[in-house]
Amino acid sequence: MSENELSCREFVEIVTEYLEGGLTPAERVRFEEHLDGCDGCVNYLDQIRTSISLTGRVTTDDLTDETKVELLAAFRDWKRD
Amino acid sequence: MDNDASSYTPPPGEAVTVEALRRGDENVFSELVTEHSPAMLRVARMHVSSQAVADEVVQEAWLGVISGIDRFEGRASLKTWIFRIVANIAKTRGERERRSVPFSSVGGREGNAEAAVDGDRFLDAGRWAGHWTSAPSRWSELPEEQLVGGETVGVVEAAIAALPEVQRTVITLRDVEGWSSEDVRNALDLTETNQRVILHRARSKVRRALEGYLDGEQR
Repeated sequence: MSENELSCREFVEIVTEYLEGGLTPAERVRFEEHLDGCDGCVNYLDQIRTSISLTGRVTTDDLTDETKVELLAAFRDWKRD
Repeated sequence: MDNDASSYTPPPGEAVTVEALRRGDENVFSELVTEHSPAMLRVARMHVSSQAVADEVVQEAWLGVISGIDRFEGRASLKTWIFRIVANIAKTRGERERRSVPFSSVGGREGNAEAAVDGDRFLDAGRWAGHWTSAPSRWSELPEEQLVGGETVGVVEAAIAALPEVQRTVITLRDVEGWSSEDVRNALDLTETNQRVILHRARSKVRRALEGYLDGEQR
């Protein structure tokens, strides 16, 4: 491994920057070169992507129906004023 | 936020929405409440101590939207404006509760202890130092129903619930609600770097939890 090659340990710490488009062009090249020769990191990146898409399936807390009804009533009242 | 006011262009359809609200269109109001309330609750929850109070904060924010819509000037998007209202109300409530928000710890304290992957997964010495000792497995080879099953999503949910508040909020807004990083930065008043560092930690932990579950089952 030459000195300016990325290690896997470093790779996993800049994955988010890569996905967010935060790497400089040179860093991006290093990242992608590492990816070309490392199956473990190919899998890691794939795991992160899978993980993000699974997170998209989580449902979030919402207001109670009661609160929503109250808000709609408040909106109606305001309109009347 | 305010410094880009001169170059700001509202999202398409926004003028129509604002006009409808001013006219008192209940459907448009109701749609907005449905669209934004989950994320508003998440933002409120960062500042106040209970879900019940967060609920009140969001309700109060919507009342603020109703009474303020005539004064909305469109210098930022409606969404940004709404989330500023909820954040302000939540902060005030939080201060009253004397519960300070640990925003200052965002990039600091937790420090380097939070590696994305356990250190013992990498070789420490030799020609291949820094390389995987045991490489991550290929999840795409798992049966589809296992990967997207309710139980797997439950693992993600539990991992998110266990995150520190700020990480939980950022990953929820980004990856559950699908917000852009810019919207998250505006709503939470974070720098680009902080937003990314927080997101990185949160995503890394969710992946780690999934690995424990998915690979554990395989073996």
